Amino acid sequence: MTSTSSRGGARASDAGAEPIRRVVLSGVLFGAGIAASVVDLFLFHLVLQWHHFYDLGTTEMAIAADGFFHAAAWGMTVAGLFLLVDARRRAPVRWSRWTGAVLAGLGGFQLLDAVVNHKLLGIHQVRYDVDLLPYDIAWIGSAVVVLAIGLVVLRRSRGRAER
Amino acid sequence: MPGHGGHSGAVPLAADASWALLDALIVAALLVAVGGYLRALRSARRRGPWPALRTTSWMLGALCAGAATLGPIAIAAPSSLTGHMLAHLLLGMLAPLLLVLGAPVTLLLRALPVTAARRLTRVLRSAPLRVLTHPVSAAVLNAGGLGALYATDLYGLVHASALVHGIVHVHLLLAGYLLTAALVGVDPDPHRASIGVRAAVLLAFMAVHSIIAKRVYGAPPAGVEAADAHVASQLMYYGGDVVDVTLLVLLGLAWLRATRPRRAAVPAAA
Repeated sequence: MTSTSSRGGARASDAGAEPIRRVVLSGVLFGAGIAASVVDLFLFHLVLQWHHFYDLGTTEMAIAADGFFHAAAWGMTVAGLFLLVDARRRAPVRWSRWTGAVLAGLGGFQLLDAVVNHKLLGIHQVRYDVDLLPYDIAWIGSAVVVLAIGLVVLRRSRGRAER
Repeated sequence: MPGHGGHSGAVPLAADASWALLDALIVAALLVAVGGYLRALRSARRRGPWPALRTTSWMLGALCAGAATLGPIAIAAPSSLTGHMLAHLLLGMLAPLLLVLGAPVTLLLRALPVTAARRLTRVLRSAPLRVLTHPVSAAVLNAGGLGALYATDLYGLVHASALVHGIVHVHLLLAGYLLTAALVGVDPDPHRASIGVRAAVLLAFMAVHSIIAKRVYGAPPAGVEAADAHVASQLMYYGGDVVDVTLLVLLGLAWLRATRPRRAAVPAAA
């Protein structure tokens, strides 16, 4: 396993940076897609119904915004997986790199959601009619941890490949 | 009594006859679809084998269309939005997908004599069909039909008049077929839109479909009970997602085929 993947890595870099970028892009898209479709849409919007994508306007607007968010989330998830298939047929894929990219995408999306949508734009909060602080800490904290693990895994896989 | 038994009694005899006529027309259309495909299959055999999967897909598509318009689901539809929604999913989304994967135009081109096939190709290349089969116009036809059906009084008319019922359901099937063919069709399409345009249209349609489904939850058509509307809305939302994600995957497969590398970058085994 180790020997084949390191040889694969050497070949992949011979073939150019394109396949490596594709693997990372695939992982980030898939991770962000999972964060958006499973974590956010399914768990928070549909099951718990704590918030929706756009809670500032009317219910109609919340529903419309969720509709487009829902389509984008599915698009990212499926596109990420197809990019992975494409990368695999061009060069062997280093799975640690893909896994790292998925975690980075997942954590990155959640962090972006928290900072931009919750705090800067304020278009929705994690939950309403509660003390927000513990919810924000849990949301942002978990996002940062997942993103950091993803970046570390990504960095280590790159370090080995480019030696 | 087949079909719309619920209408007998209060409705005058002439209206009852129009529903019976509609049922007869549906049966005739299904027989033409199945019989015509089998007939074309026999003529096309001479030009090489035809994948059994395509034949199976076409027959299942006809079965879906039949299940949506005849039998228990169709009988339940007038009194239950959930029943109607199941029929709608089968007729407007699943049947079109299965029929498109049956590649009827390819089969017809193989079955017809050369001159007739050339004439068919000319028709397929004509300007009106080119406009009609563009993903954007096909998606507008679909979404517009859905919006009109659930946001206006049209829904009530669908179960009051056999003529409106017939027109709405034919539109549902044809618009669904056009959109599916424009997005993931396997038949020859001289003006096929790029993958990017098709993906954008599919995602926009997914969004609109889910918005309309949620509107049915909050603001159902007149005369529909809330509990019924809630089940129907969820059926439309999740059922629509299943078909839409299938379309996304088929589009991804088309993209993989279109971008296949000329030569493998890496030999399979060292």
